Amino acid sequence: MKRIAVTGDDAVAEAAKSVNPDVVAAYPITPQTIIVERFADFVADGEVDTEFVTVESEHSAMSACVGASSAGARVFTSSASAGLMLMYEIIFIAASSRTPIVMAIANRAISGPINIHGELTDQMLFRDSGWVSMFSEDNQEAHDQTIMAFKIGEHPNVLLPVAVGLDGFIISHAIEGIEPVSREVAHKFLGGERKAALKLDTTKPMSIGLLHLQDYYMEARAQVRDAQERSRKVILEVFNEWEKLTGRKYKPVESYKMDDAEYAFLTMGSTAGNARTAVDELRTKGEKVGLIKIRVYRPFFGDDVTELCKNLKGLITIERSHNFGGPGGILSSDIKSALFNKRLSPLLAEYTIGLGGRDTLIKDYHSIYNRSKEAFNTGKNLPLFWWGVRE
Amino acid sequence: MTTEIPKYKLKDLVDKPVYFSGGHRLCAGCAAGSMARQVTMAFNKPTMIFNSTGCLEVASTIYPFSAWEVPWLHVAFENSAAVASGVEAAIKGMTKKGTYTAGKTDIVVFGGDGGTYDIGIQAISGAFERGHDLLYILYDNGAYMNTGIQRSGGTPFGASTTTSPAGKVVPGKTQFRKPITDIIAAHRIPFVATASPAYPEDLIGKVRAGLDADGPAFLHVEASCNRGQRFDPAKSIEYVNLATQTCMHPLYSVIDGEYQLSRPSARIAKDPSKKVPLEDYLKLEGRWRHFFKPVRQEELINKFQAEVDKRWADLLKKAGY
Amino acid sequence: MPAFPTDVSDEEFKTWVKEKWGYKKLPMAGSTPAGSAKFFRTGDWASKIPKLVIENCTSCLKCYFFCPDSAITMVTGEDDKKHPKFDLFYCKGCGVCANECPGRKGEKAIIMEDI
Repeated sequence: MKRIAVTGDDAVAEAAKSVNPDVVAAYPITPQTIIVERFADFVADGEVDTEFVTVESEHSAMSACVGASSAGARVFTSSASAGLMLMYEIIFIAASSRTPIVMAIANRAISGPINIHGELTDQMLFRDSGWVSMFSEDNQEAHDQTIMAFKIGEHPNVLLPVAVGLDGFIISHAIEGIEPVSREVAHKFLGGERKAALKLDTTKPMSIGLLHLQDYYMEARAQVRDAQERSRKVILEVFNEWEKLTGRKYKPVESYKMDDAEYAFLTMGSTAGNARTAVDELRTKGEKVGLIKIRVYRPFFGDDVTELCKNLKGLITIERSHNFGGPGGILSSDIKSALFNKRLSPLLAEYTIGLGGRDTLIKDYHSIYNRSKEAFNTGKNLPLFWWGVRE
Repeated sequence: MTTEIPKYKLKDLVDKPVYFSGGHRLCAGCAAGSMARQVTMAFNKPTMIFNSTGCLEVASTIYPFSAWEVPWLHVAFENSAAVASGVEAAIKGMTKKGTYTAGKTDIVVFGGDGGTYDIGIQAISGAFERGHDLLYILYDNGAYMNTGIQRSGGTPFGASTTTSPAGKVVPGKTQFRKPITDIIAAHRIPFVATASPAYPEDLIGKVRAGLDADGPAFLHVEASCNRGQRFDPAKSIEYVNLATQTCMHPLYSVIDGEYQLSRPSARIAKDPSKKVPLEDYLKLEGRWRHFFKPVRQEELINKFQAEVDKRWADLLKKAGY
Repeated sequence: MPAFPTDVSDEEFKTWVKEKWGYKKLPMAGSTPAGSAKFFRTGDWASKIPKLVIENCTSCLKCYFFCPDSAITMVTGEDDKKHPKFDLFYCKGCGVCANECPGRKGEKAIIMEDI
């Protein structure tokens, strides 16, 4: 299909249009609003067959999605930040109900104070829910991952909801050229309409969502645990098929100039773009540095990460997310756990950057690199540091 | 097309299949159990049930035992109206695409007074504003019974609950019951009605009318709880009937905005001597024991009677009496 | 893969309960076959059970509609009229049927008796 210049939100809406889901139940919140508005245009112009439910809150949005998906429908929704947090109760139930809902999240800082700009914390915080969770670096990835999410979630070995993140404003509102995929291609890729096995069916009645007492709850949760584990293989298969279809290669953990790297940046989302440029600039200065980019956050492909860290002297984690009182950042704590599991211990410098959409420029990456390397040269780790906060 | 309430007779209903089995663990005598069985007798086509967290949901579905013989889904406490909205949309969408082939499907949503008056009102109001074709049945036992008898917006005046106990200084709940049926009727949906398991043919007829209505429908059922309202289980139906005979829970319908009293309340409207004094009901239930012992609380009884009378008078005016 | 609840036969369900299936065999999403509660005995809750005094039964049918537990079915008797039959597997002894029974000439057709 012809290339078009669209915002990240538009790109997601285009992807949803190609998928043509049965139901979209969504509530607006900046910076996801354009996804829903664009989709509403498609509905009003008859360009999709979707039943569009303009629910009265995000909690009801996810509730309606769980209902619709339980009835066998292919379902799409979108939210961010405070809206996502209002949905939290049902987010966990969506995973345990094994409803393969796809949700695009225009990642935004969580209140308080209220801030509408880009930060990944909102999606990272429900990493333990059982959802498959991916992040996008640019508009093309946001578009592609939205379509792939349906295939991953609906696989009979998985049947889990999938979240696709795109940095608020940085990706959601920035215009880039993308190559969209047509409805014919998307539907062929997805194997036609959804064929749900477990669903509300008046010819084969069943009850779903019973009270589980002490004797059955753990078994029910173990099923979600195993589904997440099985999703690893399915994710790789879907990425493979997408590459055959479009030529665009996706991996759960991606690397750039890591072959001979002594030091590496590790990051997720749009910051990978800046980090990559910084790597190139540092390389011209003779620095042996590379980039590790996490695409799929859950399930966590720890082995892929540690494989890339095997020969590193120092690792610099950079996350556009934050937490309090922990043994590190949200992402960096996961990284440290993975390294420990393999008994690897490169020197480590952890950074939290860009909260609330604050710009972190390429020269900041240079400064971060220099600060970290200086510490590494004295054999020291650097504890979690919030970059650029005025005192 | 204006909905009409079919006039059933018990002998016509006795052979109807019942989609709520025995073996559930509702308390002995629970009027919600009687109601649930009666509701399913109205089904005449593929039907799905969505149930908010509460007594009915918990007691009827303790894993792996479910008493429901139709597709049934529980998600959470405050959202069954939203869940049902999603299903209604899914059925519409999939029917258009040809992936749902069961045809017209009735959707029933059950919520207790907890999940309806308070935490669930947003989802209901939203679903009704959007016009989804479903029937919401409120089974009202006047408190959050399943979590241990805490007060709700539907707890009647003066009732003693664990969060509005009758103590030395405060005599039970100090607010009147939220006029939920009026609030829902103000949404101007096609069908709103009140019902009682003490009048099965009326209740079942109203369920059928609600399901046949083209758009949202709401049924407010008074379902006594012998445990939380504190009386002998055998009296469950007798006392829930008194709620109607005292006009605390009058039976009526609002079809396309027109109020009509149902027979048990119409006979009181025509002959006011048949209206039972409220205290004849209050003195029978433990939740109002403090109104009578150790000292008779004349002021509270009168205040409650006055409010019941006022709401009854409002209803009579709307129903054209 | 776990069984789908609609594929579980009544016999298999009884095995499921007896063996307490683990997560590999259980249907997913916490789902169960419809009406599986019918295998659960609540009759042991009762301390009193209903007894029919058939000569006082006018076949009003009320007991059938009021019973919360599907413990009453109406069976046509030799007099060609319907009378209640009590299923003690479910009956919790609540006494609603006896309380509501209008009986004949002031005499109840259902009385509750100690077990």
